[in-house]
Amino acid sequence: MNLSIDVHQNNEEVSVMLAGEIDAFTAPNLREELLPLAEGENTTMIINLKDVSYLDSTGLGVFVGIFKKLKENGGELRLIELSDRLKRLFEITGLGNIMNISAN
Amino acid sequence: MKQVMDYIEMKIPAKPDYVGVIRLTLSGITSRMGYTYEEIEDIKIAVSEACTNAVQHAYGDEEGGEVTLGFGIYEDKLEIMVADSGVSFNFIKTRNELGPYTESSTVEQLSEGGLGLFLIETLMDEVRVLNHSGVTVFMAKYLSGERENNGTAATTHEAN
Repeated sequence: MNLSIDVHQNNEEVSVMLAGEIDAFTAPNLREELLPLAEGENTTMIINLKDVSYLDSTGLGVFVGIFKKLKENGGELRLIELSDRLKRLFEITGLGNIMNISAN
Repeated sequence: MKQVMDYIEMKIPAKPDYVGVIRLTLSGITSRMGYTYEEIEDIKIAVSEACTNAVQHAYGDEEGGEVTLGFGIYEDKLEIMVADSGVSFNFIKTRNELGPYTESSTVEQLSEGGLGLFLIETLMDEVRVLNHSGVTVFMAKYLSGERENNGTAATTHEAN
């Protein structure tokens, strides 16, 4: 019931590997870790969700916050390697039409 | 109306730390009942959302509150009740302000919260909300036709 957050930063590209559950317990820490990294100019943040076994609205809220922050600063958010399950969650909430998500 | 076969009740401290414990419990109950993987994941999200609301809105930063959960196990459905006994927030008003994001939503319009109630209504078959001194959310999910056989044959407990 924990979330591991692995960040690699290379100039304007931030790669994040998440593993575990994103819920009301782990989301605040995720926001704290990632939001400051979204403040740089023209940052591309790529978040790999392959090993995320659980996600709910608290996690979606964190991604929305990061997405907005990146956009403000001319950056971009990409969510990659979504399972069918996670993809469905983005689709039913409408976020899949707004954010850049992919299954691979 | 079919009779409730079994009833389970749990109380957790009103802290986000324990919402995951509820999901573990739900995994056990729902897989025993024979829900599909998709249905189990849907129920876990819906109940977590209700618990998160109870924890975050009703208690704020005050310590010491509790959230009570009741699981009514029927032959053909699972009913879940999530009750906080603390201060109420306006569930109906909040709910009416929510919905899925649309393609025409601008970045500024995207809100970081509020999808929880929308998800509960989308993922469950029945949702009822009781706004009293606190908030109680009732929800139900029916077993679909295509049950996964869970080892021991499903036995019904109807009296003959």
